[in-house]
Amino acid sequence: MSFRLGHGGRLIDRARPLGFSFDGRRMTGFAGDTLAAALLGAGETLMGRSFKYHRPRGAVAAGVEEPNALMGIGSGPQAEPNARATVVELAEGLEATSQNRWPNLALDIGQLTGLGARLMPAGFYYKTFIHPRAAWKHVFEPVIRRAAGLGRAPRGPDPDRYEQLYAFADVVVAGGGVAGLHAARLAAEAGRRVIVFEQAAHWGGRAPVEGEPVGGLPADAWVAAQLADLAARPNVTLRARATVFGLHDHGYLLAEERCGEGGGTGPRRRLWRVRAGLTVVACGAFERPLPFAGNDRPGVMLAAAVRDYLVNWAVAPGRAVAVVTGCDDAYRTAMALAGAGVRVPVVADLRPGGGGALAARARAMGLRVADGACIARVLGGRSVTGVVLAPADGDGSGGEEIACDAVAMSGGWSPAVHLWSQPGGGLAWDADRGLFRPDPARAPTGADGRPMAVAVGAAAGELALDAALADADRALRAVLGLPAGAPPVTAATAEAPPRTAAMLPARAGHRLRAKAFLDFQNDVKVSDIELAAREGYVSVEHAKRYTTLGMATDQGKLSNVAGIAVLAEARGTPVPEVGTTTFRPPFVPVTIGGLAGEASGPLFQPVRMTPLHGWHAARGAVWEPVGLWRRAYAYPATGERTADAVAREVLAVRGRVGLLDASTLGKILVRGPDAGRFLDMLYVGMMSTLPVGRCRYGVMCNEQGFVTDDGVVARLGSETFLCHTTTGGADRIHGWMEEWLQTEWWDWKVWTLNLTEQFAQIAVAGPKARVLLERLGGMDVSREAQPFMRWAEGRLSGIAARVFRISFSGELSFEIAVAASDGPALWERLMAEGADLGVTPYGTEAMHVLRAEKGYIIVGDETDGTVTPRDLGLERMIASGKADFIGRRGMERAHLVDPGRWRLVGLAAEDGAVLPEGAYAATDARNANGQRVTEGRVTSSYFSPTLKCGIALGLVRRGPERMGEVLAFPAAGGRVLKARIVEPVFHDKDGARLNG
Amino acid sequence: MARADIATEGAGPAGFASVAGAGPRGMVTLRGDLTSPVLARAVAAVTGTGVPARRRIEVAGDRAVAWMSPDELLVLVPRAEAGAAVAALEQALAGEHHLAADVSDARAAFTIRGPGAQGVLMKLCPVDFATLAEGEIRRSRAGQVAAAVWRSGADEFTLVSFRSVAGYVIALLEFSARPGAEPFPA
Amino acid sequence: MLMLTCPHCGVTAEETEFAPGGQAHLKRQGPGSSDDDFEAYLFARANPRGVHLERWRHAFGCGKWFHAARCTVTLEVFGTYPARTAGPPAELRAAIAARRPGWPEGGR
Ligand SMILES: [Zn+2]
Repeated sequence: MSFRLGHGGRLIDRARPLGFSFDGRRMTGFAGDTLAAALLGAGETLMGRSFKYHRPRGAVAAGVEEPNALMGIGSGPQAEPNARATVVELAEGLEATSQNRWPNLALDIGQLTGLGARLMPAGFYYKTFIHPRAAWKHVFEPVIRRAAGLGRAPRGPDPDRYEQLYAFADVVVAGGGVAGLHAARLAAEAGRRVIVFEQAAHWGGRAPVEGEPVGGLPADAWVAAQLADLAARPNVTLRARATVFGLHDHGYLLAEERCGEGGGTGPRRRLWRVRAGLTVVACGAFERPLPFAGNDRPGVMLAAAVRDYLVNWAVAPGRAVAVVTGCDDAYRTAMALAGAGVRVPVVADLRPGGGGALAARARAMGLRVADGACIARVLGGRSVTGVVLAPADGDGSGGEEIACDAVAMSGGWSPAVHLWSQPGGGLAWDADRGLFRPDPARAPTGADGRPMAVAVGAAAGELALDAALADADRALRAVLGLPAGAPPVTAATAEAPPRTAAMLPARAGHRLRAKAFLDFQNDVKVSDIELAAREGYVSVEHAKRYTTLGMATDQGKLSNVAGIAVLAEARGTPVPEVGTTTFRPPFVPVTIGGLAGEASGPLFQPVRMTPLHGWHAARGAVWEPVGLWRRAYAYPATGERTADAVAREVLAVRGRVGLLDASTLGKILVRGPDAGRFLDMLYVGMMSTLPVGRCRYGVMCNEQGFVTDDGVVARLGSETFLCHTTTGGADRIHGWMEEWLQTEWWDWKVWTLNLTEQFAQIAVAGPKARVLLERLGGMDVSREAQPFMRWAEGRLSGIAARVFRISFSGELSFEIAVAASDGPALWERLMAEGADLGVTPYGTEAMHVLRAEKGYIIVGDETDGTVTPRDLGLERMIASGKADFIGRRGMERAHLVDPGRWRLVGLAAEDGAVLPEGAYAATDARNANGQRVTEGRVTSSYFSPTLKCGIALGLVRRGPERMGEVLAFPAAGGRVLKARIVEPVFHDKDGARLNG
Repeated sequence: MARADIATEGAGPAGFASVAGAGPRGMVTLRGDLTSPVLARAVAAVTGTGVPARRRIEVAGDRAVAWMSPDELLVLVPRAEAGAAVAALEQALAGEHHLAADVSDARAAFTIRGPGAQGVLMKLCPVDFATLAEGEIRRSRAGQVAAAVWRSGADEFTLVSFRSVAGYVIALLEFSARPGAEPFPA
Repeated sequence: MLMLTCPHCGVTAEETEFAPGGQAHLKRQGPGSSDDDFEAYLFARANPRGVHLERWRHAFGCGKWFHAARCTVTLEVFGTYPARTAGPPAELRAAIAARRPGWPEGGR
């Protein structure tokens, strides 16, 4: 059983005990502990259950690579699932909950009910899907759903705040170990702008754990000196608790900073979005487990992690720790344990020739070292009771049982090459060291085509302290163009070459291979990879997906190389021929909150508000989002249903006078000697012939000949036009104009300006509209002075205004544009002066009903990007005399002049009902697939308060030629709705009211 | 976000930098040939400054001219003088192909002030502020909307956005400047 | 995410400031064009593995259109140039050819 030593622990403060709970049990740790260290210190080795087989698991690592010890932290909306206990900093009152177990961690039903290895071999899911679908739905899925799954997402909105920060640097150093700090120092001294990110709370990486002096100082002191120097420089930014998790194109680097764990006003996480000229990958290396049966038992840990717990937190994994290794580094663990008074019954060294100088020192300490030996299997269930020592190249039989309660293993090291590889950096297999390391000849390249990253230290494959610092020194000087120098002085230790193993013992049978885990989190064993290879999944990418090796949240940090080694052996090919899988961001799991940044709640998306927004809000308007705008949909009175409000508003416009906030309509100023010619190209109709003072309705198409926007154009002067667009079209059409002017007709003399937001625009519509404007006074709005489709400028009630006599309701109507800041005053004046006229504000839904009663189209309702002006009955608008306009050539295509196209008509349900929008008219014919052939669809449908029945617009095959025909619209539940094809104008067909 | 029409003055809650609506500004967009001597004279008559070089903003007291694009300037004058500025430009440029329009009501301006001001903007704009020179105007985005920003004083930035999103922008600024969220604590 | 330099305002900015506009140097086909030419104008687009000339607009900046010469494999940007031209300027052509010998004929 793990325990806390009576002294030591470089990171803990024994004077500050912290209380926390694990599955409801109260425990105590120290300030400076990680959650995993505190649990181990409290004797708790069982920390979770595996994903697939629900095997008991404990912490195997001491850092971000931990696959097993995933926990839920906290409760309520701030709870965080799947947190790695090895990186969670202990805090007073912290609540940790184990995951993936039921009913509790010690007794888990998943393991008992036989959801075991025999039921779920590699490819289980793929093979299961081949079976009848019903079996999956009724047999497998419910069982798996209940038993599987990682942590639960918290319920309720996240009360914490997140933010992002854009930063720029010449050099970003990812990793604050000794190699990273030395690299940062060189870059800083060279005057570069430098940011250093360290994922842990402490700087220095592994060097302070090893305790070898650096630059003549104890490692801790050397690290402190570097930090002090760097912190004092204005060109350096240092961030601990900040993990670089992605390196993307052109040096785009993402890091997540853990600013706090909730509460307070500051952010919980800050996402750094950095542009790095050069990224120094100084992320160190991950130790690899060894593949032997029972290597996943709680108490079996990575050798260096054992050393971390011992030195950093004064925690030992057990009273007797067996060591098994394929490299020299694990001897440091054996000696550290022995030095701390922990018994080390054996060091099993896979290499027949044994280790180097470190092994000799261990022997000199009196430790038992067995060369050419391995652990054949681990004894025990939820904890380790012993191991079987056997020859590394045997079949596991006839081994020696050795009592112990923990195992430290080392299968060598893998450089953390993720940031190098994510943007395309190549890897090289280093056979001597038994690892994939960044290949400097195939560095990821940036915008200029030159290398944008350099890997240094252990991340570059230089595992020894002296080599790592020398490498960082040489690499940085080379890339920064500095003269050669000397790295900090360190002692050198010669290490014997490591040995990698695909299985231990090498000739073990299936029984042992099926218990030798490669990927702890996804429960992938040696036997699974071998099965995949036998079934033909010989490509590493295929084997990965078939077995799920490396696809868990730890992304195979421990399992990648081991899995490749197994596949290589099964295929009988060398490791480099198998290659690696693709490294994808994020390097470690990151919170969705950080990725969202400030964009949540009220800042999720900008809401565009008109100058009259406040008035609408105060009147309790129901809102309709139109793009990013909020428009008033209707203004229900207290207790009034929204639909009733819409009907009331429609009738007010038809009978008296209504006010509509039309400010969102696009208003684009087009000016210049070629403005008319330009607009003739943009609209299907003629604009150059429009007299000054007049308005003209226009339709725009794209090059395909399909309608994209419409609106009224007013000619303000000989060279000046004001183009109204749809609400959604303002920015798009302005961009469209600029695109043509900048990229096609750049010699035309035309300037454009999007003035949409400069004006508040108010539609005053209804038979009393003129009376109301006359009451405001200041402008002659008589029929004679301002007939239909004219505009005039003046002052209304003292407010500078441009008045357009245009109508989208079919009623006598004026649209008044005033400076945005004058909008509320004008609106209030209209409301006050019109009180006794029954003036009624109306919203967008009443506007829609009013226009539909008149058969006016709306781009986006009657059009969907495949509808031509002819389809809409607007062929009369197409200027026949124009040689060219955008869309003209497209409209000539055979399919677009097909007389069988669907064209605009009105639809009247036989029973006066409101047809469902989007309903399709179907014929009795069937197509090649046996489906009913359709012949039209409903594009807009409303209840008309004016006509007291449903009205609809639709596109129907040869519609205008089929007036009076009845169409069948199959509806939900087998019903069939019948509707008659009618003229699209339902109200005031001769337009008398318009000219009122 | 409930603040509907924020294009006016007013400071929000105290943060590690002060953020506030900068109040009404007279703004005129002028498009034309920026190399034209006629245009230069017209601009000088209205603002007292020359035509700014690429990405520069020329300030003269309560007037300024900002370079917005190779054929567009933003002329800043006191709010009450915007109409007169348009008229003056129109008259002076009568013979030239140009466009001048009052956009005072289409924009909103904000001030971000204090030693932490740059830290506030670093959360919103993908801009390297360390390289933003005195007298340089940078068009970019703030969060999800278009913005232009320049150094308008010691430890002070002015940011201009569209009017309709002024509520969003001030909420962004206040969120980013709230105490406890300093990206670079002293 | 790319970094691009707008040749109009000189700003080097991240991709979120720009709007992509597809393949550069398409020749507009209007009335009178053949069906084949018009079809190619609307729909036929190069999809090279290597050097690509493409359109961008500095949407959150000066609003101007420009062209970029970019390698679709390595994302190297050889240069940018204003849109008011029928092809890349000579210096840029030389720079691309220096980096991708053989371009534009089959050069990557
Ligand atoms: Zn630009």
